[in-house]
Amino acid sequence: MSTEAAPLSDVERIKTESRFLRGTLVESLAERATGAIAEDDTQISKFHGIYQQDDRDLRAERRKQKLEPAFSFMIRARMPAGICTPEQWLEMDRLARTHANQTLRITTRQAFQWHGVIKKNLKPTIRAINDALLSTLAACGDVNRNVIAPPVSELAEIRGRIAADATRLADHLSPRTRAYHEIWLDGNKVETTEQESEPIYGPTYLPRKFKISFVIPPLNDGDVYAQDLGFIAIVEEGELIGYDVTIGGGMGMAHGAPETYPRLADTAGFITREQMIPVAEAVVTTQRDFGDRTERKHARLKYTIDDMGLDKFVAEVEQRSGVKFAPAHDVRFSHRGDPDGWLQDDRGAWHYTLFVENGRLADRSDRRQLSGMRAIAQVHDGEFRLTANQNVVIGDVAETAKARIEALLDEYGMTGSVSKLRRNALACVGLPTCGLAMAESERYLPGLIDRLDDLLAENGLDDDPIVIRMTGCPNGCARPYVAEIGLVGKAEGSYNLFLGGGFDGRRLNRLYAENLNDQGIVDALAPLFADYAKRRRPDEHFGDFVIRAGHVAAVSAGPEVHGSR
Amino acid sequence: MSVPLTESPLEAHEQARLSAMALTWSDQQRLWASGFLAGMAAAGQPALAPQPAAKPLATVLYGSQTGNGQAVAERLAAAAENRGLAVTVKNMADYAPAKIKQEKFLFLVVSTHGEGDPPDDAEELWSYLGSERAPKLTDLKYAVLALGDSSYANFCQTGRDFDQRLAALGASELHARVECDVDYLDAAAAWQDRMLEIGEEFLRPEPAVAPRPMLRAVPATPRYTRERPFAAELLANQTITGRDSDKDVRHLELSLAGAGIEYQPGDSLAVVPRNPKQSVEGLLQAARLDADEAIELDGETLPLAKAFTERLEITRLSPPLLKAYAELGAVKSLRALLSEPDALRGYLERHQVADLVADHPFSIGAQDLVSLLRPLGARSYSIASAPAEYPDEAHLTVSVLREEGRRLRLGAASNHLAALEAGAEVQVYLDANPRFRLPDDPATPIIMIGPGTGVAPYRAFLQQREASGAPGRNWLFFGDRHFASDFLYQIEWLRWRKQGLLNRLDVAFSRDQEQKIYVQHRLREQGAEIYRWLVEGAWLYVCGDAKAMAPDVHQALIDIAAAEGGTEHAQEFVQQLKREGRYRRDVY
Repeated sequence: MSTEAAPLSDVERIKTESRFLRGTLVESLAERATGAIAEDDTQISKFHGIYQQDDRDLRAERRKQKLEPAFSFMIRARMPAGICTPEQWLEMDRLARTHANQTLRITTRQAFQWHGVIKKNLKPTIRAINDALLSTLAACGDVNRNVIAPPVSELAEIRGRIAADATRLADHLSPRTRAYHEIWLDGNKVETTEQESEPIYGPTYLPRKFKISFVIPPLNDGDVYAQDLGFIAIVEEGELIGYDVTIGGGMGMAHGAPETYPRLADTAGFITREQMIPVAEAVVTTQRDFGDRTERKHARLKYTIDDMGLDKFVAEVEQRSGVKFAPAHDVRFSHRGDPDGWLQDDRGAWHYTLFVENGRLADRSDRRQLSGMRAIAQVHDGEFRLTANQNVVIGDVAETAKARIEALLDEYGMTGSVSKLRRNALACVGLPTCGLAMAESERYLPGLIDRLDDLLAENGLDDDPIVIRMTGCPNGCARPYVAEIGLVGKAEGSYNLFLGGGFDGRRLNRLYAENLNDQGIVDALAPLFADYAKRRRPDEHFGDFVIRAGHVAAVSAGPEVHGSR
Repeated sequence: MSVPLTESPLEAHEQARLSAMALTWSDQQRLWASGFLAGMAAAGQPALAPQPAAKPLATVLYGSQTGNGQAVAERLAAAAENRGLAVTVKNMADYAPAKIKQEKFLFLVVSTHGEGDPPDDAEELWSYLGSERAPKLTDLKYAVLALGDSSYANFCQTGRDFDQRLAALGASELHARVECDVDYLDAAAAWQDRMLEIGEEFLRPEPAVAPRPMLRAVPATPRYTRERPFAAELLANQTITGRDSDKDVRHLELSLAGAGIEYQPGDSLAVVPRNPKQSVEGLLQAARLDADEAIELDGETLPLAKAFTERLEITRLSPPLLKAYAELGAVKSLRALLSEPDALRGYLERHQVADLVADHPFSIGAQDLVSLLRPLGARSYSIASAPAEYPDEAHLTVSVLREEGRRLRLGAASNHLAALEAGAEVQVYLDANPRFRLPDDPATPIIMIGPGTGVAPYRAFLQQREASGAPGRNWLFFGDRHFASDFLYQIEWLRWRKQGLLNRLDVAFSRDQEQKIYVQHRLREQGAEIYRWLVEGAWLYVCGDAKAMAPDVHQALIDIAAAEGGTEHAQEFVQQLKREGRYRRDVY
């Protein structure tokens, strides 16, 4: 319903021609002379949870060898609230070892991710994931992505209900196309696609990706203000009475393009649990109809809301859903990080949060987290829950089973002292696999944290949590614009530094310095840490301090992130 | 059928007679006759009744895999004609076998292929002569020039077979069989001189009124040879197998600037190698000889290590070498081996001179060892570029032979080349292969089968067809071990496919799954389509391994023909392809 005269973006053409996400994927998979899929199919495959990538470390070398890039695929499995069973864990682990690069990655959306899957292993991998009753459909693409919900809480009952709501919503917003079954699971071919329909999405799906998160205050582990649609649990007298709804958050932007910007969500108002599905569907369809399909950099819900005006957008949602928003609550958040180690819930069950650096479960010489989790999955009878901080919760451990889990954690060297900074760090994948990356991220951040930890220790700040996040490009997968220290890659070895984000995720940061190399980052932060140590107020977070001390001005609206004062 | 003569001054009946007569002639005879008549006209002589060539006519027949035999045969025929000797030259493949009983004088030039097999071109004639139907040939006089490679067990076997069979059928020798090794040029030239002398004796026609017909240009002896190679500058030496490959295949670019070497797609370039340092040292050590010891070679005195490096074959064994070595040292342990052909073949394939000396030691002197070894031969590689695309360059695709076994085995030329850096000189000469050329008609579809480095000439073919805008369809079958690392020239094939020049691209990677998959499996999968292309006139090329791949592909073709056209005609279908020159092989 866009009234602009501009032509639709090319991805819209591809979606239109794809016949409900079929494209030419079957032909692409059968083609043996290349490890890639057809160019248009690289857009369609995302809806199936598959990204074509190549090992960028090898690109130049292989060009000289007259070989095509070392193509492989990233597969993402969607699991609402990040929940899986021990049996499912074992299967995901097996796929990591047989078809991927011997690692399993936990994403910032509580999903599993495999890297390095070659084309001919795509089908067996996806089939195995589905046989284990998980799915990759809509893990990526212009649809609702994995729904985030709290992986651990002292309020066991309420956490369970929210997880159930998240799952219900994820199912409701799941695409209906049978292409997925046809292509990956050898389902019967639909005679004509006219028999098919996507009642919520329509044949061209959404203008852009769509993200939903549930949180239970005061923990904002699901970064609710960075999401298109957020549900903040309102608990009164031990009962989940409903949700405050937030709309229009989003991270992605482009360097030096102020018309693109991260945006924190606005709160639309309060709804009951029963109203959750109709309201969510109305937000999705309003975005479907009003979102900009001519320019992908301007297609997220945040721009639709800014273009329409919040009031008009909310009115449209109320009209479509038949739900009138009630006044919102005064919600407070204290932090975003996961609990450290064991936590006992109100029913007496134990939950262990395992810190996984950058979400990468692997076997390193001294720390064998992949094998260790396999060993735990073989004996555990509760659940596993991935966290939006890229950690994993070994959930629902009985008092009597604690010792056995602890013994395995020790045996595989899975735990160890982790600095506060490292525990509050996120990094996207970056080089060498991500096609969008301009700079290193996951491979670089751990070493940078070593240096910053030394700096913090010198200033006696090693006990203070600071939220640091790094991405290899400005698209924002690790939500860097809501970090106290945000580092966003511009080129190999070159980063823009953003400062002043809220510890609780309710304030965006602002561009502080551009094009810093490793030493430049350390040099920029060293005087700030020193000043922070000297002049901070009790319990004052670093992000708040740099603003009060005048190092950087607070951001009140997205475009200011670019540094305009 | 009549021979069309536009605006003929002849009466209709005269023209009919001329046509009828000319129809029975070979091209050679027709050419001669036209020259004869033209000569009479030029001399203003009254027309005489044309005298048919009453004198004995000789035929030069060649059967050649690489084109060497063809070159020798054509040189002989041209030289004979220029002396006024009546000869005709034919590829055995184009020769009706039954015609042999009319022959009086026959010069046979035939190479041996693989483990003693006749080359493709000679197959039909050979099976005819070997059959029950073979006629008595008591009126026939013949001479055989056998081409071969003494590093194979059955050296010059096909030449020997033809020789014996012709004798058995009652034919008599004009001259004893001459056998040539890979450095055949000198021996072949000597044989040609001898044959011309014999020809003068038997083939000299009576002095005739006929003036000498049009002279045929004698194909020039190649400008560069094993003895006088061209020093080509190496422009690039690039590994084209990926880092995880268990092979090391190089793409080499050589400058031919100033050489005046005019090659065509399908030709090979011979490289005069130097033996790798490690191989030389290995041999010196095994034989307990001193690198600096002076030895005599071809009247020259030089240090032993230099002779091993630059002059002598030390990475290839041959039966004569084993025999001579066994005799010289009275080596009993070798006798058993020499008497068992299969074991011998196996030993030759997997061992080098250093192994022989180490496995069967006796105290051999440097000079004695040198005298046993044959000259270091050149190695031919299919040229992987087309002059139309790369004027003044030749690209080679070279698999570096390096086997770590009990003793390190290194291929001489491949290791020599692999160790060179851009700017170095490589000694080369053209090894033309007229049997492996693109169809003259650019619209003819082609099917190219070339696993491993066998794919090299097809890069030249497609470059040529791209440059000339040839409209014919192109289909490539490639195979190797691993898709990720061994897909030689992958981005080029993909680019050509995207452009539409390469219409089809089928690949087989043998070790990417449990059961091995080779190009012949892909051929069978595409059988119906292959057959359709062939029926539509496609040419089919096979390049690469002669031992396993070529026979397997051949069988696959017969099976495809059987499945698509009926079992009874399958063999004939494939034979017919060969006869029509549409099934061409360059296998080694």
